[in-house]
Amino acid sequence: MRVLVIEDDQEASAYLVKALKEAGHVADQAGDGDTGLAIAREGIYDVLVIDRMLPRRDGLSVIESLRGEGNRTPVLILSALGQVDDRVTGLRAGGDDYLPKPYAFSELLARVEVLARRNSPQEAQTVYRVGDLQLDRLSRSVVRGSEPILLQPREFRLLEYLMKNAGTVVTRTMLLEKVWDYHFDPQTNVIDVHMSRLRSKIDKGFERPLIHTVRGAGYVIRDDG
Amino acid sequence: MVDIGRPHHPRLRLFRTTAFKLSVIYFAVFSVFAAFLIGYIASSTTQLLTSQMREAVDTELKGLEDEYRQGGIPRLALVIDRRSRQPGASLYLIADANGDKIAGNVSAVPESVLNGVRTGVQTVPYARLDEGDRSGSHSALVRVVELPGGFRMLVGRDIGERDYLAHVIKRALILTLGMMVVLGLASWLFVSRRVLRRIDSMSETSRTIIAGDLSRRLEVTGTRDEFDRLAESVNAMLVRIERLMVGLKEVSDNIAHDLKTPLSRLRSRAEAALAQGGGEAAYREALQAAIEDADQLIRTFNALLMIARVEAGSSNAEFDRIPLGTIAGDIFELYEPLAEEAGVDLRLEDCPAVEIRANRELVSQALANLVDNAIKYAHEAGGEPKVSITVRQDRGRVEMVVADNGSGIPAEDRERVTQRFVRLEKSRSKPGAGLGLSLVSAVAQLHGGSLKLEDNQPGLRAIVSFPAGDAVADA
Repeated sequence: MRVLVIEDDQEASAYLVKALKEAGHVADQAGDGDTGLAIAREGIYDVLVIDRMLPRRDGLSVIESLRGEGNRTPVLILSALGQVDDRVTGLRAGGDDYLPKPYAFSELLARVEVLARRNSPQEAQTVYRVGDLQLDRLSRSVVRGSEPILLQPREFRLLEYLMKNAGTVVTRTMLLEKVWDYHFDPQTNVIDVHMSRLRSKIDKGFERPLIHTVRGAGYVIRDDG
Repeated sequence: MVDIGRPHHPRLRLFRTTAFKLSVIYFAVFSVFAAFLIGYIASSTTQLLTSQMREAVDTELKGLEDEYRQGGIPRLALVIDRRSRQPGASLYLIADANGDKIAGNVSAVPESVLNGVRTGVQTVPYARLDEGDRSGSHSALVRVVELPGGFRMLVGRDIGERDYLAHVIKRALILTLGMMVVLGLASWLFVSRRVLRRIDSMSETSRTIIAGDLSRRLEVTGTRDEFDRLAESVNAMLVRIERLMVGLKEVSDNIAHDLKTPLSRLRSRAEAALAQGGGEAAYREALQAAIEDADQLIRTFNALLMIARVEAGSSNAEFDRIPLGTIAGDIFELYEPLAEEAGVDLRLEDCPAVEIRANRELVSQALANLVDNAIKYAHEAGGEPKVSITVRQDRGRVEMVVADNGSGIPAEDRERVTQRFVRLEKSRSKPGAGLGLSLVSAVAQLHGGSLKLEDNQPGLRAIVSFPAGDAVADA
């Protein structure tokens, strides 16, 4: 995966590029809005990570220009402004996801990877499969092996999101955002409890667990077999 | 330091007062009014007297003409002579065709007057015979009629009386104006000095307050006048400011405590790791702990910023019509597994279908904070922990209620806990930064509502009330 990081803080930018490379991706960087826009126009990137406040041309303007030119590359906006209304303006300008600073790298990596998958064929499928687990988005049914599994509506959406991004780590914050549509920080980790409930329905009594906890990052569904 | 109302030269100050300006304006207005009134009375009186005199002259002329018809000139002369002798008599004169006097009590009258038979009433100077020859010292209103044979008869009334009355009125006017000047000056002096004294005392007190003594209050004399009302409002404002200042100090103390504690922990952890060495595993553990400390700090900062934004009435927050029951249902669903795991009986009561104009995210977060708190503290009282979420409608208000049966909050602390960073001693050991209830309170206020904490006997009942429907201002 090719990632372009447009960020004026040299140190943060260098760290980010290095970490992305260590995670197995190709990463480039630009230090201001104009340069970033010029490089992004080449259209060779899978994801753009754009800081909101940039010298010469601010981040939102870069996104607006790209979108105006028909460039649909997924964009993750980084911003020191983390409030609800700032996020809304960022997404309205054409951003696809919004991450307030300071962030954990694991959070950024998970979001970038999910964004990169957005245009994959998996997106359009009506049936998701991981190992012997099968989720039908139309009939809203879940089957493991030959055994049907009954899920609450929210549990279904949780599993759907995990399976849509099968093999990719999703963080707790992402789950709270995408499955519950909340962007605040519930002080207690409510997501973990929901996950353990889902796990008990999906994995309990089966030989191979599909849902895995990734320490310090989040959860991933994959078939290790 | 701000300089308010530094005393100027005392005499100059008197002229600068509002009382002086008002006095001048009132003086001018009343002068014009009095002049108009008196002028009107004077001219009306003169007119009335003149027409009365004219009528008297006409009546007398008619009577004398009758006498003439009965007895000719001799009888007329006799009658006139008799009438002339009465006190306050009219003026009479009978002259022949040449203008020579035949009878009467008036001496010289200009020839032109006697010729003016057709001119009607005229005002002429005259001299009375009994007062010697002082021609022109009196004025009279006269009328001349022609008698057969070229004789002419003049009858008139002295107008001195009328002029005297006009003179009296003029004097009254001047006297009134004089009195007005004197009284105006006196009242101006009295009012100005009194007002200035009050203002001076207020300025004096204000200066000591500015100098830092927030406990001072403006003097209230108890007369219920406008100064008292002003002083009372200012005093109420001072009470509020003083309370805010105390609150600010408390908050900054708490911020210092709650932010410095994790910061110094973070610092000493890093220091200890460096000093002890101990290989990669130890470093890794220390770094992990340091990141956790940093995350906690970030969370606290975010919460603080959030509260500040909400309290400032963040103009960008989007408001929609949203069913409160749905918000309650979603939060219930989010927390239900957590409550079950914690052994708390979390219940969502039947919710009426009511909509409020609100920001979904903020109201959800407020409710999440309340539910989170309730689950944390429901355990404390022993017994089976219970938490309930209720939405109810009550006379134009919509209320969101979270009740638990924990140990509750003592009545005297209930107001305090909604302030930033205030955590009661017993809760210091639990996670959280003491910002939860402040946020709830700020969110409620942003929506035109309020947060109320009540005794649930046992436990705490937190009530967030919103105005129903469209009543929320488009903040």
